[in-house]
Amino acid sequence: MKRLVVYTVLVLGAVVFAYPFLWMIAGSLKPELEITTLGLLSEEFSARSYEHVLTKIPIARAFLNSVIVSAATTSSVVLFGSLVGYALAKLRFVGSKALYLLILFTMMIPFQIVLIPQYILMVKLGWTDTYMGLVAPAMMTAFSIVLFRQFFMGVPQALIDAARIDGCSEFGIVYRIIWPLSKPVIVTVGLLTFMTNWNEVLWPLMVVRERTLMTMPQIVTLFTIGGAAESQLGPLLAAATLLSLPVVVAYVFFQRYFIESMASTGIKG
Amino acid sequence: MRYMTAVRGAFKRSNRYGYLFVLPYVIFFLAFVAFPLVFSLILVFHRWNIVTPMEWVGLKNFVRLIHDPLFLQSVWNTLTFLFIHIPLQLVIALGLALLLNSRIRFRSFFRAIYFLPVVVSGVAVTILWQQLYAFDYGVLNTVLNSIGISSIPWIVDARWAMPSIAVMATWKNVGIYIVLFLVGLQTIPSDLYEAASIDGATRTRQFFHITLPMLNPTMIVIVVLSTIGGFSLFIEPYVLTGGGPMQSTLSAVLYIYNQAFYFGHMGYAATLGFVFALIILVVVVLQRRVIEAEQTS
Repeated sequence: MKRLVVYTVLVLGAVVFAYPFLWMIAGSLKPELEITTLGLLSEEFSARSYEHVLTKIPIARAFLNSVIVSAATTSSVVLFGSLVGYALAKLRFVGSKALYLLILFTMMIPFQIVLIPQYILMVKLGWTDTYMGLVAPAMMTAFSIVLFRQFFMGVPQALIDAARIDGCSEFGIVYRIIWPLSKPVIVTVGLLTFMTNWNEVLWPLMVVRERTLMTMPQIVTLFTIGGAAESQLGPLLAAATLLSLPVVVAYVFFQRYFIESMASTGIKG
Repeated sequence: MRYMTAVRGAFKRSNRYGYLFVLPYVIFFLAFVAFPLVFSLILVFHRWNIVTPMEWVGLKNFVRLIHDPLFLQSVWNTLTFLFIHIPLQLVIALGLALLLNSRIRFRSFFRAIYFLPVVVSGVAVTILWQQLYAFDYGVLNTVLNSIGISSIPWIVDARWAMPSIAVMATWKNVGIYIVLFLVGLQTIPSDLYEAASIDGATRTRQFFHITLPMLNPTMIVIVVLSTIGGFSLFIEPYVLTGGGPMQSTLSAVLYIYNQAFYFGHMGYAATLGFVFALIILVVVVLQRRVIEAEQTS
């Protein structure tokens, strides 16, 4: 009896969290008049709403922009994060402790305080309406450095010493020893960074006005509030579905990594 | 002199690659963290629209801020949001985490479903909820009407709009907190429960005297993260309500954004950002104090 109650609540919960998404996908395929119904099925599924989105906004280009920006920031965060993390974990140099404390300190700064000054910096550098403006401020994150450092502390010093004796350079050690040993933490940082940057919308809204440079969440936002959907629900739901799809597909494959990484860092998407 | 030699020696023994590897971060830090922080301290004393030269105004931005009804409104709105969001989040997350922590099948399946809204873009979630919350023909009102309850003005009434956004944000984020509670629950040593059972403590007593106190660190994290989230609220009101009706969903970041990009008041927008950052730090410190004090009492 108690089991039954537990499972009922869990299943009800699953319906509450999953059904709206199914409804959204179904709604993007239904004819306009049937969208407001609660059911998922329709006799007349069609791709008409998607055609509307594709003709009204350059969403394919926005998809490409989002891929470029997210891929660039993710590779940069992993590359530089792991180099700095390695230096802080395994190399002895004056100031390394102070730098680590500084990095921890930067994690406590609310972003609201640097938002406007950072934007003005972009204006003065001439980076508004450029990929540079979207990518540069996200190229490194304190949390990735901290995570990499923590993981690298566990790499046996003997491995690194042996490589040095064999004449391996420090870059060679990172490339040949550290990276191959650190796949879990690289995947964790990579996925989290990719997801955060894919979903980021405030910063693109600030630094990009040029339609051909807009990212996907940005252009979908402007599509929604700008009236290009012509107050039809289907195209709105189609745009939302297209926007969610890449991350959801990644989530299906790497579900464990997503959940565990966010649990260990407490970072919000 | 001897001290100088020691310092020089320490530098000599330092690994040069260490400096090489951290150099990119140091440059990044100077450009995108240190400079904006310092520049923010300059901006708050100026009136500026980026185009014309900066104009020194002393403390006028701060004087304006304490008399600004919209600033007070945005603080009030954020508090309204947090007042609903935090308790709702704690109760739902803890409840589902407790159920998931019992011996059940398909645990990771349920966990994965509850977590799904966390990874989906806030824009997509807001578009979706816009349809759920619609007054006429919205899904929620249709369901309510079918069981004989009249329609609720979810996002078109000033009293309902912010609580509605708080519910939506809870739906989106609660997955993270379920997982955090699960981690917390698994760190409680099982012999605590065994000892309590032997002493004859009921399940309810065990929950209030073992489980809840042991989860205190997790709760602090959740309250702090939710608070920061509340002060960072932007895209939800931007898409859903545009800050209305009657400014009732004007959030902190939305107000900064409007001042900067709608009115071009860069100095005042920077002042708002500065003050909101201070408020966040103070609130977070106070919350920690209160929760830790409750633990020891």
